[in-house]
Amino acid sequence: MLDAKIPSGPLENKWTDYKGHCKLVNPANKRKLEVIIVGTGLAGASAAASLGELGYKVKAFCFQDSPRRAHSIAAQGGINAAKNYQNDGDSVFRLFYDTIKGGDYRAREGNVHRLAEVSANIIDQCVAQGVPFAREYGGLLSNRSFGGTQVQRTFYAAGQTGQQLLIGAYQALERQVALGNVKMYSRHEMLEVVMVDGKARGIIARDLISGKLERHFGHAVLLCSGGYGNVFYLSTNAMGSNVTAAWKAHKQGAAFGNPCFTQIHPTCIPVSGDHQSKLTLMSESLRNDGRIWVPKKQGDSRKPNEIPEEERDYYLERRYPAFGNLVPRDVASRAAKERCDAGYGVGTSKQAVYLDYASAIERYGRTEASKHGLEQVSIEEIITMGKEVVKEKYGNLFDMYEKITGENPYEVPMRIYPAVHYTMGGLWVDYELMTTVKGLYALGEANFSDHGANRLGASALMQGLADGYFVIPYTIGNYLADEIYNKPISTDHEAFISAEKEVSRRLEQLMNIKGTTSVETFHKRLGKIMWDKCGMARNAKGLQEAISEIQQLKKEFWKDVKIPGAIDEFNPELDKAGRVADFIELGELMCIDALNREESCGGHFREEHQTEDGEAMRHDDKFMYVAAWEYKADHEWILHKEALHYDVIKPSQRNYK
Amino acid sequence: MEHYTMNLTLKVWRQKNAKSEGHLETYQVSDISSEMSFLEMFDVLNEQLIRDGKEPIAFDHDCREGICGMCSMYINGKPHGPWQANTTCQLHMRAFKDGDTIVVEPWRANAFPVVKDLVVDRTAFDRIIQAGGYVSVNTGNAVDGNAIPIEKDKADAAFAAAMCIGCGACVAACKNSSAMLFLSAKVSHLALLPQGAPERKSRVVNMVAQMDKEGFGACTNTGACEAACPKEISLSNIARLNQEYLTASLVSEK
Ligand SMILES: Cc1cc2nc3c(=O)[nH]c(=O)nc-3n(C[C@H](O)[C@H](O)[C@H](O)COP(=O)(O)OP(=O)(O)OC[C@H]3O[C@@H](n4cnc5c(N)ncnc54)[C@H](O)[C@@H]3O)c2cc1C
Ligand code: SF4
Ligand code: FES
Repeated sequence: MLDAKIPSGPLENKWTDYKGHCKLVNPANKRKLEVIIVGTGLAGASAAASLGELGYKVKAFCFQDSPRRAHSIAAQGGINAAKNYQNDGDSVFRLFYDTIKGGDYRAREGNVHRLAEVSANIIDQCVAQGVPFAREYGGLLSNRSFGGTQVQRTFYAAGQTGQQLLIGAYQALERQVALGNVKMYSRHEMLEVVMVDGKARGIIARDLISGKLERHFGHAVLLCSGGYGNVFYLSTNAMGSNVTAAWKAHKQGAAFGNPCFTQIHPTCIPVSGDHQSKLTLMSESLRNDGRIWVPKKQGDSRKPNEIPEEERDYYLERRYPAFGNLVPRDVASRAAKERCDAGYGVGTSKQAVYLDYASAIERYGRTEASKHGLEQVSIEEIITMGKEVVKEKYGNLFDMYEKITGENPYEVPMRIYPAVHYTMGGLWVDYELMTTVKGLYALGEANFSDHGANRLGASALMQGLADGYFVIPYTIGNYLADEIYNKPISTDHEAFISAEKEVSRRLEQLMNIKGTTSVETFHKRLGKIMWDKCGMARNAKGLQEAISEIQQLKKEFWKDVKIPGAIDEFNPELDKAGRVADFIELGELMCIDALNREESCGGHFREEHQTEDGEAMRHDDKFMYVAAWEYKADHEWILHKEALHYDVIKPSQRNYK
Repeated sequence: MEHYTMNLTLKVWRQKNAKSEGHLETYQVSDISSEMSFLEMFDVLNEQLIRDGKEPIAFDHDCREGICGMCSMYINGKPHGPWQANTTCQLHMRAFKDGDTIVVEPWRANAFPVVKDLVVDRTAFDRIIQAGGYVSVNTGNAVDGNAIPIEKDKADAAFAAAMCIGCGACVAACKNSSAMLFLSAKVSHLALLPQGAPERKSRVVNMVAQMDKEGFGACTNTGACEAACPKEISLSNIARLNQEYLTASLVSEK
């Protein structure tokens, strides 16, 4: 069932060879080929713009009111590229190596090398679009470092890199809309993939304003619908982020890859109470300059500024001297959990650690003083100057922290705790980004591909844009070249009629439950099960319990959910109900996958499998594979294994010490 | 920071759809924590409405961290509420005290028709961008990112303009419902960068024409937009836009 279609030949030639030999579609034929793109985040918008430019007829869909508001907009820290502008030893190989190692040897060499190869083109393309990346005084692009690497290869635009990149892609997309090459459907939700003769041929979408169902034909369908972190209820994802598009595809035959690989981000603002609706990320870039610590004494309730230097435990610097505060996310998150579980946590909930800027402020202040040739300066003046520098680099993040917590992070250390952030798992795709369903592709966070068991910071933006700008324009041609003889299928075709009927039946079934419990309540309950038993640390017993609890929850949901309003109107509760129903099913599969994977790797930490000093212990002999799950029936999946081969890199235990 | 709880009276605009009339409806909420965000307070109210068998209030939101531009509530006469440089989703309940009455309405502008309750249609902004808010560069056409150095000051100024999140608060704040601040942010962002230079003239002319077509009002320089803008987009962008427009129209009179 699984053919990854990785080109043969030496690693560094695979992509070049592929491009040189893949089939092409001539411009006149492109105009006859229709492509559906679900999602307009970085992956979807870049794909829609690029395919529109090539001349394909594109229809793009998103559930927000404008394509510019996709969740990608929220990315803060930056985007990686192997430019080596800093002359610090970066290269395509090193970015490739860091990504494979960061992913704990659970990603494909071929895909990741391609990602590293095209990374530099992404920066060029974005600059050409007018993306205002941060620059140095000499007018050249600035870089910062991110976790899991020892070079500075991250490009950024203050703390809103995602916004600037997405606006670039959105502008390119709107240009194609103006030219008539792309038709945009906002406030639309895709609810089914339409299959004709074993190929994806269209979708059923619901107009979220009128509630009406629509049929749309496409010679190919691209899912760029983002990640599923909201299965945990609380995450850093936007409120609307969901798995529905991917899940419908899964149930139509697309295998789901590594569903349990979830990234818990170490630096988020801690939960403040039961009312919490989402969690806010404090960009990883803050770990560049901030130092993470807890008191050396358990249950120390002194204010942070009253705890003297020698009574602080900078536990990351202590445990990982080589990488210090810049260890990868999974390592940093587990270390925070370990300290809090052991009773060293801070704040009222004791589920938090400090992220402290005091020494960075002083260091920057001193640099400023010497830059301006000031010798007789007081510590107060130094600190004032230092705060200015920190403000320029991280000002909007600090402001955000203050708005949420009411505390001033220039004066007191921030309190942070890990939170669900990203899902490495997703629809299984081959080298061409095609799922196990012909003509159905998955791009961006929606696919499982490049990050293995743990994603490095600033690599999701890179991957989304690589997929959309530089990979799919080639690989889709290889499929569509054979489709030029196939006329568009009428949406009166039996397959469209029955798909629409099925969607409409599901909506009615939901509305007719008329139970007593709100959608939100079910979502919160699911989230709690997932966080407690399939979160930062997992074990067999907990996972087994979680599976039966989720099955029970599903029964209750379909008996007792209460959805106000009607189908044929703007009804956000109904939209949410459909998404939560899919999250419940996905939650079960995630636990099954986590139970199956009897090893620890990257973000997947099985308590039964750890080294003496608490590091993740992989079992390459048994688990060096991608777990691709095929849907069979309710609660029933078949596991297919795609073996991973490392021809160039020799897997070893990750070491950041 | 001291935390407290409060009881509040809410007067919220209810409107079934674009065609129907709307009205303010009064609700009570209790035990609201000062640590909640304004939208979390709305979540509490909506859960209460659902429990009572009533229709929850429709409102737009997504990121809940002040960046997607989706949230859009007119709170006590101010777009995004009482805090400076802030979005509705980032407003927290410590801005209010026990016993307060809060009035919440949708953005009001002819170019932003109400969809339902507090949700409005802002697709006019997308159409303004379609009219020219981009650089015409196809994927693959780019030169090396460092081939054209850009003075840091200029890059920073372009970035400051590019921070606009397209929320529409500027329009909602303006008595003429002018979209000049939004438009000027986009025109400035691209005009300040060398990459935007080749299309500088046609861009501004076409975008202004589209703005007028959408039914946004004229700018009379009251500055209400700048005061309401969550991203502190500066009025100086409007001056730049006017300058750009003037130059472009002078030159295009062939
Ligand atoms: C707070 C935060 C900060 C981050 N910071 C960084 C960073 O600094 N660097 C980095 O590399 N990565 C970062 N990430 C990760 C990165 O932002 C995401 O992985 C990436 O942007 C996902 O892009 P995407 O295009 O795949 O999906 P998204 O941007 O999530 O877009 C999904 C699209 O699909 C649409 N959609 C979904 N379902 C449907 C449906 N059923 N019907 C119609 N449309 C649908 C949505 O409307 C949307 O347009 C961050 C993530 C978060 C949460
Ligand atoms: S200029 Fe400010 S108020 Fe207007 S749309 Fe942009 S961010 Fe919103
Ligand atoms: S919800 Fe995104 S800016 Fe408020």
